[in-house]
Amino acid sequence: MSDLDALREDRGNKDRSVASPVPIGVQIANNDGSRPASVVARAFLVGEGMVGGYGKGPSILNGCTISAEKGEIAVIVGPNGAGKSTAMKAIFGMLDLRTGSVRLNGEEITGLSPQARVAKGMAFVPQVRNIFPSMSVEENLEMGAFLRRDDITQTIEQVYGLFPILRDKRRQPAGELSGGQRQQVAVGRALMTRPSVLMLDEPTAGVSPIVMDELFDRILEIARAGITILMVEQNARQALEIADRGYVLVQGANAFTGTGRELLADPQVRKSFLGG
Amino acid sequence: MDLLNALVAFLNFVFIPAAAYGAQLALGALGATLIYGILRFSNFAHGETMAFGTAVTILLTFGLQAMGLTFGPLPTALLALPMGIALTSLLVLGTDRVVYRFYREARAAPVILVVVSMGVMFIMSALTRFLVGVEDIQFTDGARFVINARDFREWSGLEEGLALRTTQLITLVVAGLAVAALFWFLNRTRTGKSMRAFSDNEDLALLSGINPNRVVAVTWIIVAALATTAGVLYGLDKSFKAFTYFQLLLPIFAAAVVGGLGNPLGAIAGGFVIAFSEVVVTYAWKQVVAYALPGEWVPASLLQLMSTEYKFAVSFAILILVLLFKPTGLFKGQSV
Repeated sequence: MSDLDALREDRGNKDRSVASPVPIGVQIANNDGSRPASVVARAFLVGEGMVGGYGKGPSILNGCTISAEKGEIAVIVGPNGAGKSTAMKAIFGMLDLRTGSVRLNGEEITGLSPQARVAKGMAFVPQVRNIFPSMSVEENLEMGAFLRRDDITQTIEQVYGLFPILRDKRRQPAGELSGGQRQQVAVGRALMTRPSVLMLDEPTAGVSPIVMDELFDRILEIARAGITILMVEQNARQALEIADRGYVLVQGANAFTGTGRELLADPQVRKSFLGG
Repeated sequence: MDLLNALVAFLNFVFIPAAAYGAQLALGALGATLIYGILRFSNFAHGETMAFGTAVTILLTFGLQAMGLTFGPLPTALLALPMGIALTSLLVLGTDRVVYRFYREARAAPVILVVVSMGVMFIMSALTRFLVGVEDIQFTDGARFVINARDFREWSGLEEGLALRTTQLITLVVAGLAVAALFWFLNRTRTGKSMRAFSDNEDLALLSGINPNRVVAVTWIIVAALATTAGVLYGLDKSFKAFTYFQLLLPIFAAAVVGGLGNPLGAIAGGFVIAFSEVVVTYAWKQVVAYALPGEWVPASLLQLMSTEYKFAVSFAILILVLLFKPTGLFKGQSV
């Protein structure tokens, strides 16, 4: 605890270890029944052997490995508290890793800030607060391309081509749109840097099933354009159906790894995580 | 009964003064609301920033006058204003570097920054008093009236005169130009849009590669420009006295809150709401009513709801009512 913590508004301590009735040590999942993660050293995007947590709190990730090839869709699923979002944030540099490394296209990026990773071609769509609500749809897209100094009209056209509804609403404040449309704005904003990796943190949280199917279709389309997609999803079954690689995390470690189809077919995965 | 005279009296004693005062408050509130929206705290030093800006502009004006430079029929202070803005920008940028940046980097809670800004307020107010003293200072020169009451009476043949002072007209014109420039900047330029983005969603702005230090610096410069302009216009219209500017803090915050904190459009509307309420409540309406009603209906009292000494009670009452019933203000702002 540094002295500066006293300036913050938080009353009490949000660190669970303070009030926890049982001591929290490093808990490593029992991986005996699962296959190990495939060999990933040469994949396009790799987060390897990641161990880390928030601040000085306990480790949430206990050596998990996530990877994806160019144009692939990788999906992270798992029970609540398994560290799915944390794994994604670690790959994007939003928390410090204690051990492990992150590589993009063979380049070591473990020490880079999130902004620097954006410049390297990674794009991240947070689960909540992922748009500029008082700005128009078009301004949201412009802000997504803030780092670019060249002409962005073509990329805006591509986003409108992907999400036609946004073209009609381009002058409307993004905060006035429906949940599904906001999600489209958020994905569109992230695409404005013309990234090679698009990371989505629960893109379908809180949208209707029809909108969800629509969104997954669009995500498939983006992947077909050669963009690697890494996605955390609560709607595990639907997400795994479109996944080239699926990762089931349990307690911050890889429990099951395989193609989406393999995981859907695996009786143990079905029983534990997909509700039969 | 004479409705035309009533209208002229209303324009002369209520509408024109309130409009000029409203424009000054609007400029002041715009600065406060920008700081709230982008730097996320209520800047208690805002009134003193206005006072400092006005003080240096006054000194520069006196310097120009001593050199024999004037601005014809317009006040010399307008010539000195750009330089005054530049010096005030240096002061606020320096303050940010020395004081606020430390707390921003520590991600201090807004309430801490408010208290910090109070400290800054005391230092700035002392600085201003060292610079120009505590006395009442008149620094208006040039033509005094655009429309003179006597000329108007002769021209129209009405009993009531209508006066429009140069400073009032200048206030409205300069405020209009400043607001137009600000809105153009915020809505049309890359830097302006990045400031709005930063105000909307700081994390996402950082993620999009927007440089926070640049946004903060540009914000302070704009705030210095708005505060100095508002202060100089107020001083030209009335007079400069350091203590009066400290008191302006209340109507300015009331205006910003009424409009919706963080919303520039709201700050302008709020400024006029506060100014008109203050003038309407503290004006003795007897003169206007005497023209508007038949003789025997005119009441004997002055028809003044509140004496002018209590004008701050009006801003205060409005502030409380808005906070109780519509905390986000008339326009959609952030709640306090």
